Parts: sequence; C-alpha cells; structure tokens
Amino acid sequence: MTNYLIEKYYRTERLPHIWCPGCGNGIVLKAIVKAIDNLNLNQNEVCVVSGIGCSSRATGYLDFNTVHTTHGRALAFATGIKFANPKLHVVVITGDGDCAAIGGNHLIHAARRNIDITTIVFNNNIYGMTGGQYSPTTPTGDKGTTAPYGNIDPNFDLCELAKSAGATYVSRSTVYGVNMITKQVEEGIKNKGFSFIEILTTCPTYYGRKNKKGNAAEMIKQLNEITINVNAYNNLPQEKRENKIVIGELYKDIREEYTEKYDRLIKSF
Amino acid sequence: MKALDDKKLIVEENLCKGCGICVAFCPKNVLKIKNGKVLVHDIDSCIQCGLCELRCPDYAIYLGGK
Repeated sequence: MTNYLIEKYYRTERLPHIWCPGCGNGIVLKAIVKAIDNLNLNQNEVCVVSGIGCSSRATGYLDFNTVHTTHGRALAFATGIKFANPKLHVVVITGDGDCAAIGGNHLIHAARRNIDITTIVFNNNIYGMTGGQYSPTTPTGDKGTTAPYGNIDPNFDLCELAKSAGATYVSRSTVYGVNMITKQVEEGIKNKGFSFIEILTTCPTYYGRKNKKGNAAEMIKQLNEITINVNAYNNLPQEKRENKIVIGELYKDIREEYTEKYDRLIKSF
Repeated sequence: MKALDDKKLIVEENLCKGCGICVAFCPKNVLKIKNGKVLVHDIDSCIQCGLCELRCPDYAIYLGGK
C-alpha cells in the first residue's frame, strides 16, 4: 500500500526528504495522506498550507495545491485561501514553534472565528531546524541549546488553548499510534469548522540528544508510556493523573462556520 | 499458509537513512541494519504484519506482492 500512497500523493522526484534519520515527521505525513485517501477527496480540491520549520517542509513533498508561507503565518494565509474559495479543503501543517510561539495569535483568532481549516501541529518539543532552542511546548526542566541547565518556563497545553479559543474539534495523538492520527485527521477534515489536531512526534537529533532520550525507536516507545487515552484517563483516580498526557478526541462542538456566516450576510443584501 | 507464499518485503535503498525504527518494531527479527541501510535477512520469519511499513519515516520499506 505504501508505494500506492507515495506514488499518488507525493512529488516522488523530491524524495528522499530533508528530515533527519528517525524523525517522526515522515510517519505523520504519511498518516495524513492516508486520511485524505480514505476520504476520497479530489486531489485538486485539497490545499495544504505550511509555515516555517522542519514540519513545514512537508508541503514541498506533497502533490496537492500547496503553499509554503512565512514563519507563523500559515493560518493567516489559509484563512485567505478558504475565504477566496470556500470549496477547498484547507489543511494547515505547522510545528510547535510556528503555531504556538510566533503564530500563536493567528491560532487563537482562527479558532475564535471557527473557520473550516484543519490545523495539524507536529509537536516535537523543540525548534529543530534552527538548532535545538527550547520552544513553548518544551516540558519544564528539559534541556535545549538555549536552556542548557533546564527550561524554567511552564509548557503550553495547545489543545486546551485551542479549545478555549473556540475550536470545534480538538484532538491529540502520537507517532506511536499511527492509525489514530489517520482517524483524527479524517474527523478533522469532516468537521465543518476549525479543527485542531496536535501530534506528538520525535526529534532524536536535538530534543532526544539534549535530554538523553535514546534512539528514534526508543523515543517513539516512550511516547506510548507517557500518554493515556482520554477514556482511561477519566476513570483514573486523581492521584494517578499526574504527569500523564491525554490523547484521543478531547473536544467536539457544533457552531456556525465562518465562511457560511459571511455568505449569509452577503446574501441578505 | 498459501497466502504467505507470495510475500515480498521491498526495500528502497536510496530512501533508507538507517534509523532502525523498523528493526526495533519488527516482532519477528526479520530485519537488521547493515552498512547504514536496512537489510531483510530472514524473510521466512516475516508474518506480513506491516509494522515496519507503518512506522518507516522515509517510505523505504513496504509489503509487496498481492
């Protein structure tokens, strides 16, 4: 099946990709492409937008309508694309630094408007491309190039942020559970409104090396150990809930979509 | 067991970066790393579970055949 997905949806002449050996981004990208294939979407009606960073290189390898934009502004460009052509399925691929740090403002306002964009955040806990600086999602105490004695900042829970800002589909998964990513991306694209999917991935080159997390395969297995499904989490007693990251579908809501609302306003004249 | 007869595990050597994820997740020790690339050294043990294909970040290994 892989060669089918790769040949149909990838710009194969650009492979092998730029990502380091063991980087989880390639696994996540294939899971996203599989979700689009499962939904039988027309390749020409999908637009993938990305910002700057390791994960954002993904658009270069995909054979959809793709836009590689400026740092943090992927959601701003995507809003414009969706507004100009509401028939498109707009998917935003972004990293934790791109989405939560420089693009944090665009994230909360896109969520507030509930515009029909599926945002997929590749969260590798660090700025990989620029050399391993700590990001807003680096866990407290963990090391980066700019935090050699451990990061003192509290880390951001991006799913809580998106939920509070008004996203209508919020979920989280890891590169350990690849099929879960596919399922969540399918749900996210089907959801008429702002969908936010955070995917915990691995950066063995910087995050793994700085924090002595072992090799790529060990890092992926660790992701399984530190996460817990939302259904199991709800049944846990309070004292056992600490230090666990909840995965699964975290929030769903129904609210009028932004371009539809705008269309209604225009038609009222 | 007939269905397993035409099993094929295809490795695209130019895509493989030798990260070893497929080797670690293979439940039957079919694979190993040699000279920085993955090598199928025991195809008879392969049960076609597809775990190597599922988690290969470089799209370098996949199940072929029917």
